[in-house]
Amino acid sequence: MSVPEGKPSDLLSSYNPGLYFDELFGAMDLPAEHTALIRQRLAALDFDELRRRAQDAERELYNLGITFIVYSDKDAVDRILPFDVIPRVISAPEWAHLERGVKQRVAALNLFLHDIYHDQKILKDGVIPRDLVEGNHNFRPQMIGLDVPFNTYIHIMGTDLVRDRHGTFRVLEDNGRVPSGVSYVVENRHMMQRVFPDLMQDIGIRPVDNYGHKLLDAMVEIAPAGVDDPQVVLLSPGTYNSAYFEHIFLAREMGVPLVEGRDLVVDNDRVYMKTTNGLAPVHSIYRRLDDAFLDPKAFNPDSLLGVPGILEAYRKGNVALANAIGTGVADDKAVYCYVPRMIKYYMDQDPIIPNVDTRICREPDALQYTLDNLADLVVKPVGEAGGYGITIGPRASKAELEDCRAKLLADPSNYISQPVVDLSVCPTVCDEAIEPRHVDLRPFAITGKSSWVLPGGLSRVALKKGTLIVNSSQGGGSKDTWVLEGGAA
Amino acid sequence: MNLLSRYAECIFWMARYMERAENLARILDVHETFARDTRGATNWFSVVQLNADEKDFFSRHDRPTAEAVIHYYMFDPQNRNSLLSMLRMARENARTLRPWISTEMWTQINVFHNKLLEMSVKDVATQNLSKVCTWIKEECQSHTGITEGTFYRDQGWYFYQMGKYIERADQTTRLLDIKYHTLLPSPVEVGSTLDVSQWTTVLRSTAGYHAFRRVYPRGMSPTTVAGFMLFNEGFPRSVVMCVRQIDGVLTRMRSRYDLRGGAAAMERVDELLAALLSRPIDAVLRDGLHEYLDWIQLQLNVITTEIAQAFFGVQPPLAVQSQSQ
Repeated sequence: MSVPEGKPSDLLSSYNPGLYFDELFGAMDLPAEHTALIRQRLAALDFDELRRRAQDAERELYNLGITFIVYSDKDAVDRILPFDVIPRVISAPEWAHLERGVKQRVAALNLFLHDIYHDQKILKDGVIPRDLVEGNHNFRPQMIGLDVPFNTYIHIMGTDLVRDRHGTFRVLEDNGRVPSGVSYVVENRHMMQRVFPDLMQDIGIRPVDNYGHKLLDAMVEIAPAGVDDPQVVLLSPGTYNSAYFEHIFLAREMGVPLVEGRDLVVDNDRVYMKTTNGLAPVHSIYRRLDDAFLDPKAFNPDSLLGVPGILEAYRKGNVALANAIGTGVADDKAVYCYVPRMIKYYMDQDPIIPNVDTRICREPDALQYTLDNLADLVVKPVGEAGGYGITIGPRASKAELEDCRAKLLADPSNYISQPVVDLSVCPTVCDEAIEPRHVDLRPFAITGKSSWVLPGGLSRVALKKGTLIVNSSQGGGSKDTWVLEGGAA
Repeated sequence: MNLLSRYAECIFWMARYMERAENLARILDVHETFARDTRGATNWFSVVQLNADEKDFFSRHDRPTAEAVIHYYMFDPQNRNSLLSMLRMARENARTLRPWISTEMWTQINVFHNKLLEMSVKDVATQNLSKVCTWIKEECQSHTGITEGTFYRDQGWYFYQMGKYIERADQTTRLLDIKYHTLLPSPVEVGSTLDVSQWTTVLRSTAGYHAFRRVYPRGMSPTTVAGFMLFNEGFPRSVVMCVRQIDGVLTRMRSRYDLRGGAAAMERVDELLAALLSRPIDAVLRDGLHEYLDWIQLQLNVITTEIAQAFFGVQPPLAVQSQSQ
């Protein structure tokens, strides 16, 4: 590539993260030592070459069908999750901290779920308002009094983390129902190994490809007692689900059948799948279907995706479900605000990874504060996922702010507010140059008997300049996340 | 390992659609050079007749012009017998089967489908048709090769084979039937130059010409060509060869996996094989080749129905499939 006059040839020398914390460079006053070699290698690359490799990677993702489906008015279109070839790098000590923090959080949420479906001590002690829990539409009375193996409810958890201007990781959101995205973690690594083996050489990156084994181990651990060789399956809503690729990926990695509701039947409170040789028993189900669709007999009667009678089979202990039914009450955005208090209450510890400062608009003071500072805050509905319904004060128009104010006043308990977090940035290949783009991080934790956290997680990147919303449904992409091996170890 | 009924069905139909696509490419290719009337114009209408698509075709087209027929069979998404529809259904089945088939199988079908999707009638102006058909045949053969080399040999493999051979037998009867449809309107003498060249082209469309020559170095007659395509024991596209494969595959699968179902399908296959082996070609031609080919197609449909009932569950309407033509 011919270098434009006056522009230095070093690929990163004109890069400027501004005021944000940068994942590759670190803070301005705290340069990231652990990425020095990676930066050096990146800087030596030619921009056209980088673009070409990036295009090759995206072409390959499309050909491999590593896609999600976007539905428009008429068509269902296969889209790839845009992939950026510049990795996001996490040092060994940073990761050790995150790993402990995620495990702590999973433990607290599982203790909480066990408590609210049994003795409800935390409600009796007034630590969390009772109506917030029992009035939550994801609270499942069917779970009351039911014991689950190892008291684990959230077997697969995705914790959304962001990093503020000072480089402090904070929890933005818990995903304890059917968190998705882990397939991209593994596939992004494969992609990097194909297009950028030279960048990765001798860096010492912790592998991510054993996720399937770990998941299968947990699924076997939680299977009903007394079954020698439990049949594990993955239950998917089917090929039209936007995350179908991930379902395929996980079923393959675990080496188990990918079933749909219509493949399963319940007979005498036992679950079976329909095979070429008749019915075969099923013992442990990784379900990628929300509670509401799981059993038309017990929940949404219109669901064609579920399995009639499966709740009863579950209650009898004849089949294991991951995640357990009724976990949605723990990853609710309003309950989220209480997680630090939960950690203290159940574990007598301080949160290792703090929350983002959050106000619960059901509390009058918080509502007033939110209304008074609307233009500076992010307001989120508590029940939505995928970045929908969010109002970002500093970027909203007058009309949008007024609309938000009206909604807040009409139904305050449906909202929380948070300050705008200055999400950290990471160098990203853009049309003309390498530019800073905001990223978040979703580590995945698997819990059966004990917890294991996949080193790294999904780094989502907001590809549109300036935007903070990283969700794939809103134009986000992803990056490979490198957790470096620790020092001499 | 257990095989889900739904997967078995998808594998069966994926194999059928890929085989069907290859044969449609053969039929279109052969028509360009072959199906000409006495004035040398291509009779494209016979392709429509061959697939029994008259009603659907004329609901959207006035006349069977070259352009209309080619578009209808290459790209018309509303025509479920178009190449694009077949590839779409093969791909949908493959997509469902991704946990089961190899990544290479999936990727090839995915890329093949996407390329076809990007093509238009302009790319297939009649002078290019032959080239496009060759490409499609090769893509289908790549699929066959990749499948042979990467598909894990368990129950799924057997359903794949059954689907492939049932479809191939069916398609061979259709290719043979071209002669019936194209010949009827023209009073061509048996044994005339045109007649011989037409039979030659039928053989070439199934890549059987040289093998035929080796078996019958002298002379070419309806008896020898039809006999070769129906009953030859060495020709990979002959009906007998295909039915023998179905018979073997079904037998081995049932015993190897201890499958309870499939006895009725087995009986039907045995009956068809016995019938094929007991009827001399002269008798077939005397009583009417077209009617005989129809009867074989019907038997293959019955076998498909029996397989579906035995292995795919009683109500299989949700997998991507269509009835055999």
